[in-house]
Amino acid sequence: MATKSLKARDEALVMGNKQMEILNGGIFEEGELPYFKDKIAQIGQFPLRPKKLEILQINVGYMCNQVCEHCHVDAGPDRKEIMTRETMEQCLEVIRNTGAHTLDLTGGAPEMNPDFRWFVEEAAKAGVKDFIVRSNLTIIRANKKYYDLPQFFKKHNIHVISSMPHYTRGKTDKQRGEGVFDKSIKALQELNAVGYGMPGSSLRLDLVYNPSGAFLPGDQSALERDFKKALIEDFEIQFHNLFAITNLPIARFLDYLIASDNYEDYMYSLVEAYNPSAVANVMCTNTISVSWDGWLYDCDFNQMLGLKVASKIKHIKDYNEDVLNDRNIIVSQHCYGCTAGAGSSCQGSVT
Amino acid sequence: MADSYYDPADLRKFGKITEWSEELGTKFFDYYGKVFEEGALSAREKSLIALAVAHVVKCPYCIDAYTKDGLQRGITKEEMMEAVHAGAAIESGATLVHGVQMMNKYNKLSM
Repeated sequence: MATKSLKARDEALVMGNKQMEILNGGIFEEGELPYFKDKIAQIGQFPLRPKKLEILQINVGYMCNQVCEHCHVDAGPDRKEIMTRETMEQCLEVIRNTGAHTLDLTGGAPEMNPDFRWFVEEAAKAGVKDFIVRSNLTIIRANKKYYDLPQFFKKHNIHVISSMPHYTRGKTDKQRGEGVFDKSIKALQELNAVGYGMPGSSLRLDLVYNPSGAFLPGDQSALERDFKKALIEDFEIQFHNLFAITNLPIARFLDYLIASDNYEDYMYSLVEAYNPSAVANVMCTNTISVSWDGWLYDCDFNQMLGLKVASKIKHIKDYNEDVLNDRNIIVSQHCYGCTAGAGSSCQGSVT
Repeated sequence: MADSYYDPADLRKFGKITEWSEELGTKFFDYYGKVFEEGALSAREKSLIALAVAHVVKCPYCIDAYTKDGLQRGITKEEMMEAVHAGAAIESGATLVHGVQMMNKYNKLSM
């Protein structure tokens, strides 16, 4: 189990360009597997272009109370990249005027940003239709100052999306750290207690499942059925939907794949599972990702690879939705992660 | 030629058998795909059966494939090992039940 981010360990993979070298080289450079752009060119989707903007995803900082082994953000307690109030003000200006119907806050653990609550209160006033906070659950139990988060979320009608790698303790703790499972269970029970995730409740509680290893997620609805059955039987926990998300070969997950000698097999699995019908709905076609320091990206993954949008508008302070939407999306071999099987996005499968 | 009979990378080439006999290969893969769809048995149950059989027929490719398939379906390692034991129990039972034949023959030949 990792205890420090790659950045704190001073690993070469921290650099986006080092990761890009790996993703563009080896089995792809040698022609054993096709480049993603060539694959989507076959169905006339290259260059990949955005559709109408629906989701504004804001990463408020890479600091996290956990150091998950698969984390594509390379988040952890030692990360210092935190969105300032000044950048938040710039985001709020955009939130008030955007055509997007969904605001999606992520991190790190977004709750660890010192201005998190202020930002949520201000953003909630803008009246977005769906206001998501991606909470890792354990943060709710990490410190007394976070104990009231379920109430806070409820007050602002936040849609909570939480990660839960498995309904068994062993698998969860192996991926996310000792004690994560018990804390997550307690946090879910507390969310249920204030009405989150209950049948018919408008307080949305969805779970995110991502595989704890070098394999792809199975069928989302079958996994949802298994999770629901186990969580209600063992812990009387309820939730609305389960999103199955594929791990993309970026940052710590890429480091793990290489270290465990699974990289090539994993890339083969992704390419073999390529589903052309998923391409039209990949999340970069309806999402803009904003980093802690206000730069704009096609998705959170491109953010971690340091690939800023290919547009004149590159920063939230200069935001212009029409100009921004008229751009080519930057793709590379990691994109196979979003087109494998039923497709994968921050909202689960896409087909 | 590889210098061993089994190469893990050969599993990826399984589909190529169709190139030398298109009709039979295609029919086989269609059948194979259909078998593992959700039916009266869930795809999850069938994955565990496949894993047990993979061990009984001692197919290293199938063991790799259905261990990964089980992980993808969220099947636990305890469930997987129990499936392997179910296969092993049938296999050893199949050996041992022949002991009756041995007993029958022994008795027949003995005064």
